[in-house]
Amino acid sequence: MADLATPIMPNWCPGCGNFTIWLSFKNAAIENSWDNTNTTIIAGIGCHGHLVNFTKLTSFEGLHGRPLPLASGVKLANTRLNVFVFTGDGDCFGEGGNHFIHAARRNHDLTIMLHDNGLYALTTGQASPLTEHGVKTKSTPTGNPDNPINPLVMAIASGATFVARAYGSDVKQLTEIIKKANEHKGFAIIDILQPCETYNKILTHQFYQDNVYYLEDSYDPTDKVKAFERAHEFGEKKIPLGIFYIEEKPTLESQYTHLENKPLIDIPLDRKNMDNMFNKYL
Amino acid sequence: MPNKVYKLKIAGQAGQGIKSSGLTFSRFATRSGFNIYNYFEYPSLIRGGHNVMQINISDGEVRGPSRFTDFLVALNQESIHKHKNTLSEGAFVLYDGDSRIKVDTLPPSVKLLSVPLSKMAHEIGGQEILINMVALGVVAGMMQGDISVLQALVEEEYHDKPEILKADILAIEHGFNYAQNNFKDLILECFKLQNHKKEPRLILNGSDSTSLAAVASGIQFSAIYPMSPITGIISNLAKFQTDSKFIFKQPEDEIAAIVMSIGASFAGARSMTATSGGGFCLMTEGYGLAGITETPLVIIEGMRPGPATGLPTWNSQGDLLFVLNAHQDEFPRLVLAAGDLTEAFYMTMEAFYLADKYQTPVVVLLDKNILEHEQSVPIFDISAYRIDRGKMTTDFSPDFKRFLVTEDGVSPRTIPGVGNFFIANSDEHDEKGFSNEEIENRNNQMNKRMRKLQTFIKNDLPKPTIYGNENADLTIVSWGSNKGSITQAISEFQNVNYLHLTWMNPFPTEEVTKILNRSKKLVILECNYSGQLAILIKQHTGIDIIDKILKFDGRPFFVEEISDIINERLKN
Repeated sequence: MADLATPIMPNWCPGCGNFTIWLSFKNAAIENSWDNTNTTIIAGIGCHGHLVNFTKLTSFEGLHGRPLPLASGVKLANTRLNVFVFTGDGDCFGEGGNHFIHAARRNHDLTIMLHDNGLYALTTGQASPLTEHGVKTKSTPTGNPDNPINPLVMAIASGATFVARAYGSDVKQLTEIIKKANEHKGFAIIDILQPCETYNKILTHQFYQDNVYYLEDSYDPTDKVKAFERAHEFGEKKIPLGIFYIEEKPTLESQYTHLENKPLIDIPLDRKNMDNMFNKYL
Repeated sequence: MPNKVYKLKIAGQAGQGIKSSGLTFSRFATRSGFNIYNYFEYPSLIRGGHNVMQINISDGEVRGPSRFTDFLVALNQESIHKHKNTLSEGAFVLYDGDSRIKVDTLPPSVKLLSVPLSKMAHEIGGQEILINMVALGVVAGMMQGDISVLQALVEEEYHDKPEILKADILAIEHGFNYAQNNFKDLILECFKLQNHKKEPRLILNGSDSTSLAAVASGIQFSAIYPMSPITGIISNLAKFQTDSKFIFKQPEDEIAAIVMSIGASFAGARSMTATSGGGFCLMTEGYGLAGITETPLVIIEGMRPGPATGLPTWNSQGDLLFVLNAHQDEFPRLVLAAGDLTEAFYMTMEAFYLADKYQTPVVVLLDKNILEHEQSVPIFDISAYRIDRGKMTTDFSPDFKRFLVTEDGVSPRTIPGVGNFFIANSDEHDEKGFSNEEIENRNNQMNKRMRKLQTFIKNDLPKPTIYGNENADLTIVSWGSNKGSITQAISEFQNVNYLHLTWMNPFPTEEVTKILNRSKKLVILECNYSGQLAILIKQHTGIDIIDKILKFDGRPFFVEEISDIINERLKN
């Protein structure tokens, strides 16, 4: 269990940004003793989703676009579980866009790892909702006519209570942010900049290494207006990393007070005496 | 001797309290020792449009809607126009004689009860809203019912709203006295709703019975998106969750509804979702996800006419083949269809049991007639039900094979958080859940999953029910809520029986073949365009039932309509 290894070897392309995201997550898991007695992983469909096969934590790899409702159901049923959601930019904002808005506004207590490589990689390189305007991909050979979603702005606007961005290859920083995101009670999303060596020739390792910087120590992540401002920054030497926004707000799960602070699955199912309920229909 | 069924109809504009006063009256009749069957028609509007509630009352059994009316309460002119052709010989028509309602088009045999409903309501101080209560009082007076039983009901309903309660009690009393004082002779010709003792009966609809069944089955989680005709289930579960300690959640759409329910079930919670055909279109991807990940799930599918928005507030049985075939490729699905609210109760409980036992989605098909129409029924008996989670364990095993290939097709099941490692994987997977595309593994896993159906057929598939004389001259084949009108109609015939099919997948092929082969004459009745059950029967048994009576206008089969169908066939 110590290294969370399974008999299956990763099948990502050489140089894929997923390797360091996976490594950072495993580091955080080992440091924080996340194991099969307390943690579960929910994944969408895309290159990121293969991770369930190489990580010895009980998981559910569901449908494309649907990891958030799946994870919401898991967390509602068992609040004792640490629930991580692994999703891609296509998964989360294409088919999953509607779920994203609603899961964020409900403030489910989830940690979301957004593998953001700016396109659809598993289907061999089409534009995603996060692909920049004008970018040529297999589905936009003359340049993407659509404008992209800014995942950070979208998250803050939708009601997410922990919004961060990390560069996948900075394992140390990503590990720390994963731990902080998981400590946060509420909907925590990390937009993880992930180079796709095979299909994305613009957002490369080199590009990110040249252009990312860290939000200064004096930055106040509780200021929503500032958070929007900084989340809009993107470009040459202007890609901020770090925690953009934190807000303390009751989680959805904490509001089911009738469960008396017990995980739902700990409440006995037997309801032998239904007489009182039946009598209301006499 | 067939039972005398008395048909009361309350009709008016939406917003006039047709449904609530109808429900109050049907409770009154039930508490007075009678059985009732309610039939409610309304358009997809909140205010405006014509609403009508038919309350069929009988000393004996009453199970279906009727074409006729013995007593019409007409709260507006439209009610006279729409229902005058349904009036039986010598029917009563109650209307407000002070209003502009014209009754000159009514047949001469009609007994008119002109009552100043509006004036009386204003005198009590309750304005228009009390008109329906005054009318209820008049009907109770005409039927010589026990007014204290009716007033006790209103008291139970409004005990926390003293002003409304006081006005309602007065309204009923004034109406009652008006009838007693002004229609002394006519009262003698009216149906008598005089108290007689009987075992207490529940009065509820299928949304109520399904919700109660879910609670009795130990439901822990339910996510449902609103859609007619299953919104009653939402209201119930949202209310029940506090005392019964489960979670009901209204999510953003039906995709989230089914996927959330699957997530909760994966985590170990008994889960259910519900929708109508349109919502089920969105759920189809989740349906197969539950199938391949072997996650238990109960799905209530309440049918209404389609396609797309269709006829939102009307009845249909058009989703049978859809539910049997929805989703790409194949997985073991258990599909059953209830014929009335009592079957809906017991089948929902059975569905929870089977979902856990077979670790696969179980669909209970209902139709609007079941979900939205009240009936008086004996109190449900749940004493024999045991919560059984099947092969689920929380014991730790270092080498847990969640998808172990077994003879019966069902593998050991465990949940996250107990130390066991497994992957619920929507990709084809091996016994632990790792993605695996090898030929042998694919065949083993596919065969294992599909084998559940064979195990089910061997251990759990019930025989279909035949109502009526086994050696009949005519056998009616049908399903769903048609059961009510059919069983009521055939009680008047010695030589007609009814084959009621409830198990749609797996299909009871052997038994149905036997029954159809020995039947002298067959007719099938369905509320859909193509005869979907007939297609299913032909697919499984090779028997082609040529004589099909199909309705797809949103209306149910009425008892008298079935009697006509029978008479025509017995003649030839």
